[in-house]
Amino acid sequence: MEKKLSVSAIKQGTVIDHVTAGNALRIVRLLDLPSGKKQVTVGLNLPSIAFGYKDIIKVSERELTADEANKIAILAPRATINIIKNYKIIKKFKVQIPETIQSVIICPNPVCVTNNEKITTFFYAQQKKYTILLRCKYCLKEYSPDKITEYHT
Amino acid sequence: MFKNKSIISIKDLSRQEILQILKTTQALKKNPKPKLLEGKIMASLFFEPSTRTRLSTEAAMLRLGGKVIGFSDPSSKKKDSLYDTIKIVSNYSDVIAIRHSLEGAAQLASEAAGVPVINCGDGSNQHPTQTLLDLFTIQETQKKINYLHIAMIGDLKYGRTVHSLANALTHFNSRLYFVAPESLQMPHEILNDLKVKGIKYSLHEKIEEVIKKVDILYMTRIQEERFPDKLEYERVKNVYVLNKKFLEEAKHSMKILHPLPRVNEIDLDVDSTKHAYYFEQAQNGLYARQAVLGLIMGKL
Repeated sequence: MEKKLSVSAIKQGTVIDHVTAGNALRIVRLLDLPSGKKQVTVGLNLPSIAFGYKDIIKVSERELTADEANKIAILAPRATINIIKNYKIIKKFKVQIPETIQSVIICPNPVCVTNNEKITTFFYAQQKKYTILLRCKYCLKEYSPDKITEYHT
Repeated sequence: MFKNKSIISIKDLSRQEILQILKTTQALKKNPKPKLLEGKIMASLFFEPSTRTRLSTEAAMLRLGGKVIGFSDPSSKKKDSLYDTIKIVSNYSDVIAIRHSLEGAAQLASEAAGVPVINCGDGSNQHPTQTLLDLFTIQETQKKINYLHIAMIGDLKYGRTVHSLANALTHFNSRLYFVAPESLQMPHEILNDLKVKGIKYSLHEKIEEVIKKVDILYMTRIQEERFPDKLEYERVKNVYVLNKKFLEEAKHSMKILHPLPRVNEIDLDVDSTKHAYYFEQAQNGLYARQAVLGLIMGKL
């Protein structure tokens, strides 16, 4: 049987694979992908052997930097970034949670000053083996990533 | 070490720094320095009502020879952003004391201000000078700060004073006892933190279970204003009322502390016992805040 890609291959650019199912559109907004006028293809709820379901994002003619990739780590901690040239993967790396995360997460604490004043949110990320703990610099509350439900996207 | 340092959370202070503040507090209690901050101005910005903290912080500044400007009227909340307000006020003053209902407000203030900021309470988050005066009082009454047995009683879930105190006591190898109804017990994050730092603690529902063992009984008020559920408040508000009878089995040197105000949790008949120390504790707030002011303004 002929093997077919669910999302068509790109000649040049970046493939963000193994995105947590349901988060691809948030990442598209977070990285402001449509503004570059480059072709962006998104696949939602694709079957994944490892995770059951996954999302995938393909951006033509744009190479994602490691910093940009790490910015999405909170939304897709298991994502893989593939840099493509002439339909071939020339670089592949996993996202890494940065030590600090600015202006991405909305603090879930309604009485946190960041939800009431016009300021950039700031979180410290602490990785303990396979769990991540996010601490708001302002209200000092700590959250696991599944408690974060809103993003500045 | 302290010059121009903002005091936002007790967690920002190392053991060494805490001990230095306690030493300075003791020195100022013994030998007042009425001219130390002459010519300096403190802006006292109380966006939320407060009696003890505001008066003792302002009195601390005045007793060191400084002057105080500011407001204590919550209606003075205008439409200005907090950031802008602090930016402007820091041009008028040498230090800012702030209380605000929003958690993290003092951190934001310290980023906006060009002068050091003292957090006098940001919602149910942090109130570091309360913790410093508590530590000072514990040390004063027990003549030491390490290896003490300390019970915290009442609202351990919403009470910021007990959160900060438990955190600070991790520097001093305390044995902690948390006495509260299940719904008001110490939050898991704090218990986890204690576990990680190797601090021994136990959870209790009755004061009788701990009274014989402890050096300090730290009572707290069940704070109606912090309760999201008023029914739950009605259910637990009078669950602990300390009276003379409880104290019969206590150690002679055991002292009762309370951040005040009290509602019903300490019977008036306890006030005359040798164990009551909460009014002296409140007075120590004056000296602890003097120490903080003198240190962060680089005068001590």
